[in-house]
Amino acid sequence: MTDPLLAPPKKNPQRRSTSPTRPPEMRSRAALGLTAAAAEGRLALQCCAECATWQYPPRDACVACLSNDLPWVDFPPQGQLLAETTVQTSPRLYYRERVPWRIGTVKTDVGPIILVHIHPDVTPQSAIHLTAHLDRAGQGVLVAMPPQETSNAMDAPLMRELTADPKHRRVLLTDARAENAPAMAKALKDAGAAIIFIGESESWRPYTARAALQEIGVEFMPLDVTDTLSVQTLAGEIGGKTDILINNAQFVRPGGALARGDVGFAQNEMDVNYFGMMRLAQAFGPGMCKRTADEANSAVAWVNLLHIGALANTPEYGAFAASQSAAHSLSQSLRSEFRTAGLRVMNVFSGPTESDWFASLPPPKVLPQSLARDVIKGLQAGVEDVWSGDIAKDVRDRFRRDPKVLERELTFGGDGP
Amino acid sequence: MTTLTDLAASLASGTIRVVDLTHTLDPDFPVIILPPEFGQCARFRMEEISAYDHRGPAWKWHNISMSEHTGTHFDAPSHWVSGRDVPFGSVDAISPENFVGPVVVIDCVAQSNANEDYEMVIDDITAWEKQHGTIPNGSWIMMRTDWSKRQGAAYLNMREDGPHSPGPAPEAIKFLIDERDILGFGTETVGTDSGQGSHAVPPYPAHYYLHGAGKFGLQCLSGLDQLPATGAILIAAPLKIKDGTGSPLRVLAMVDNT
Amino acid sequence: MTRRAPASYNGVVLTAPFSTPYQRYSIDTAHHWIARALKGSLDSVGLKKNQLDGFSVSSFTLFPDSAVGLTQHLGLSTRWLDHVPMGGASAGVALRRAARAVQAGDADIVACVAGDTNHIDSFRQLLSSFSRFAMDASYPYGYGGPNANFALLTDHYMNEFGATRTDFGRICVSQRDNALKNPRAVMQKQLTLDQYLKARLIADPIALFDCVMPCAGAESFLVMHEDKALQLGIPFARLTAAIERHNAHADDPMQLRGGWTLDRDTLWEMAGCTPLDIDVMQTYDDYPVIVMMQFEDLGMCEKGEGPTFVRDHDLTINGNFPHNTSGGQLSAGQAGAAGGFIGMVEALRQVTGQASGTQVKDAARALVTGFGMINYDRGLCTSATVLETGVRA
Repeated sequence: MTDPLLAPPKKNPQRRSTSPTRPPEMRSRAALGLTAAAAEGRLALQCCAECATWQYPPRDACVACLSNDLPWVDFPPQGQLLAETTVQTSPRLYYRERVPWRIGTVKTDVGPIILVHIHPDVTPQSAIHLTAHLDRAGQGVLVAMPPQETSNAMDAPLMRELTADPKHRRVLLTDARAENAPAMAKALKDAGAAIIFIGESESWRPYTARAALQEIGVEFMPLDVTDTLSVQTLAGEIGGKTDILINNAQFVRPGGALARGDVGFAQNEMDVNYFGMMRLAQAFGPGMCKRTADEANSAVAWVNLLHIGALANTPEYGAFAASQSAAHSLSQSLRSEFRTAGLRVMNVFSGPTESDWFASLPPPKVLPQSLARDVIKGLQAGVEDVWSGDIAKDVRDRFRRDPKVLERELTFGGDGP
Repeated sequence: MTTLTDLAASLASGTIRVVDLTHTLDPDFPVIILPPEFGQCARFRMEEISAYDHRGPAWKWHNISMSEHTGTHFDAPSHWVSGRDVPFGSVDAISPENFVGPVVVIDCVAQSNANEDYEMVIDDITAWEKQHGTIPNGSWIMMRTDWSKRQGAAYLNMREDGPHSPGPAPEAIKFLIDERDILGFGTETVGTDSGQGSHAVPPYPAHYYLHGAGKFGLQCLSGLDQLPATGAILIAAPLKIKDGTGSPLRVLAMVDNT
Repeated sequence: MTRRAPASYNGVVLTAPFSTPYQRYSIDTAHHWIARALKGSLDSVGLKKNQLDGFSVSSFTLFPDSAVGLTQHLGLSTRWLDHVPMGGASAGVALRRAARAVQAGDADIVACVAGDTNHIDSFRQLLSSFSRFAMDASYPYGYGGPNANFALLTDHYMNEFGATRTDFGRICVSQRDNALKNPRAVMQKQLTLDQYLKARLIADPIALFDCVMPCAGAESFLVMHEDKALQLGIPFARLTAAIERHNAHADDPMQLRGGWTLDRDTLWEMAGCTPLDIDVMQTYDDYPVIVMMQFEDLGMCEKGEGPTFVRDHDLTINGNFPHNTSGGQLSAGQAGAAGGFIGMVEALRQVTGQASGTQVKDAARALVTGFGMINYDRGLCTSATVLETGVRA
């Protein structure tokens, strides 16, 4: 059984911080299909559409019948651990710093032989359960887990490398005024976050949730994501202590271009939703990137809360949706810019939330507690893309099926299918 | 020797002092808050473009953004619906002699300390005139409350029913306009109206009557405690913004220092 | 449907064995080392470069060149050219190709050369771009390289057949004994079983002395018709049998046997003898578990009986089953692709009486097996060759 992870000791200020290193990043295009599924927490492999043979390693033609039709399908995770070794030395710095490292050969019940990482709770030559995760290079890897859940399993050093668990980590939640702030703060506290910094803008203007936040136990820090100096000042203060940054600052108003009549609110939307992310990234990003190998409370994740309009514009909130697309696109740039450091960018998409500015929309809407729970689960699983609530999943599925058809559905309105 | 050369000499010798009545324009300074469906007053923001570095080696400069009504600012008649048809009602059209003129300071400090929603009434004006004489036509009238000394949330003093800060009663404003033909009205709070002015009929009555009559407003003033009740000269020249309804500006007063 | 039996290798001979000294690290290129070995072979039998009309090369560090670039680089003009990137199976495969060319008259004198350089970061560079499957599905997991892959195979073999580290140690110790008689071997100190067992672990259960030492170096030999060799008056060995197989037993969950099992009957039939009729065996010894597999799969013993076979036989030069007489890669060093040639070149020396310090008395028939190219989780290429004395030196 895994020992529970202890709160890390205070960092020795005389010691040089461990430089970030990564496992190998290069993959063929076919192999990226595994990564794409793992990015959402799914274990998927190619299954030949013609003869139903499972393929591994990923490839371009069926190993049994040469068909090129190899869609990615959710994979039954059961298997048997046939052999294992513990790597004691490696020419790759990332592993050199982390040996001994346990790997093994699994024979899956449905066929393929898979080389895997092995969780410490797995007994040699036993039945196992496969899971897919993103490693520090942001690529999909497979892990052999014991078939039954074991206590503190996620505290194992292997799992801490593959996830962005908030336990014992220090989190910055950027907007105390957001309606989801108290639920977020509570969820983080319950998940074992060591410190919750919360950004509070315009202290000259009170807000009702402050007392509740105080009750939960957060550290209020002045922060206005529209004020460059404010962002830089806070980064100067706590940038070196920010392990997870959750940007919940959001400006939303209804209406598309014509309904608005001017660009005033759109400027606010861009200033908060897009430029806010950019300011935060410029101020906090470099410091977080330097600390991704900083022992147990390393900098590990950047979380954006995005509306599903990022994917396909929702015209009732057309201008706002455009700002979400801008933010989404920027988050993809951040993924690339943070890649070499191994800092994970996690986007949590949701449909309308149970909040003031979506009040005129019919249910289902995402409650703050649900959103918060999905953020925590996403961090604990180390995924990159989270779809919170039914609408988000629905739009995602329609978008993947055919983006143009979805565009018509969203912009046409009317009588439904 | 002309009056102006005398003035220059007095300024140089310090017998006339220049007083700054302006808050520093900075991102943390509060602005008026309107119901959230409406466009809001933009906060003051600065983006550093270079600072003697690779972005511009020998110079430093910022891009700034704000509303016309951010910080210490001037309200022109075109700012309000009642003043929409006042001729020469935008900042670029106002004749410049209007930007320099005598200023009268009516002390409502004690009343405001006792009552955060204090409204200055005609009696306050009468009491002032008893002491200092009739208010000359074409004067700026400043309602001094020392509100500028408040910090943080106490400045807007926002509660469930809106902000709570002092301002002129509608009758007082009408009196000043009709009976004293003032140039404009100034306060230390974010608006020429009292904090609860949005609940009045018409809403924001000071704005309504002032600008309807082609008069001007000044807000977020500070340092009124350095001015005499009368006798100082105010300089308040807004930026010459095309069709502008107001602008942040440097408000100065020349004060007798003897 | 009956398969056609492969044509015999009548008339095909090997000659001019040459090994460069090995060097742990070299600032020179694969081109440099290949040229050295090629020159060595040609000089040893008094041939000029322009008498060569066939050339086969095996190398991992020639990039961005292949065999084609080498023709111009080394000034060779040939009517037959081959590039054999099959790791430890390369010698047997290169030989099979050259043999048919010589038989058919497509080429008269073929040089088969393997060589590699070894820069400080060669190993790391090689791993990072070894194969698509390794990149996608093996190295991301611990990046232990071939050591980790073979550790998994060793773990499985030990569990399946009850082999112990001592069993593997016997192979390494005997090879080290042999190496002490080879002045070119990089390992020149004696190795005891105790030292083997106590050595630092690399990837459990593989430890330091289970691993080869990567070096720079090259090996080569010439292939021609027997008539030509007799005309030149040089010592030569006859090729009597040769097999190869790629991606055999793909459905075996893990590799416990290699492709030799599918073609060994053909091999021994062509060789006209049984497995135990050979005088000396050179296996591809990147790791001792594969050596055991080669003993089993070529028919020296039954599958799983490898440990017993090793226990019951003396694998040293003067023993009853001389094996890897130059020390093998484990003791002589692995000069990249030349590791796939070291056995062939040594076997050629043995049956032509040119092995000096490592000579097995009266060696007349040698078996050379090759194995290589862990593309993902198993070695894909296998080869096996039988050589007999033609004319001794």
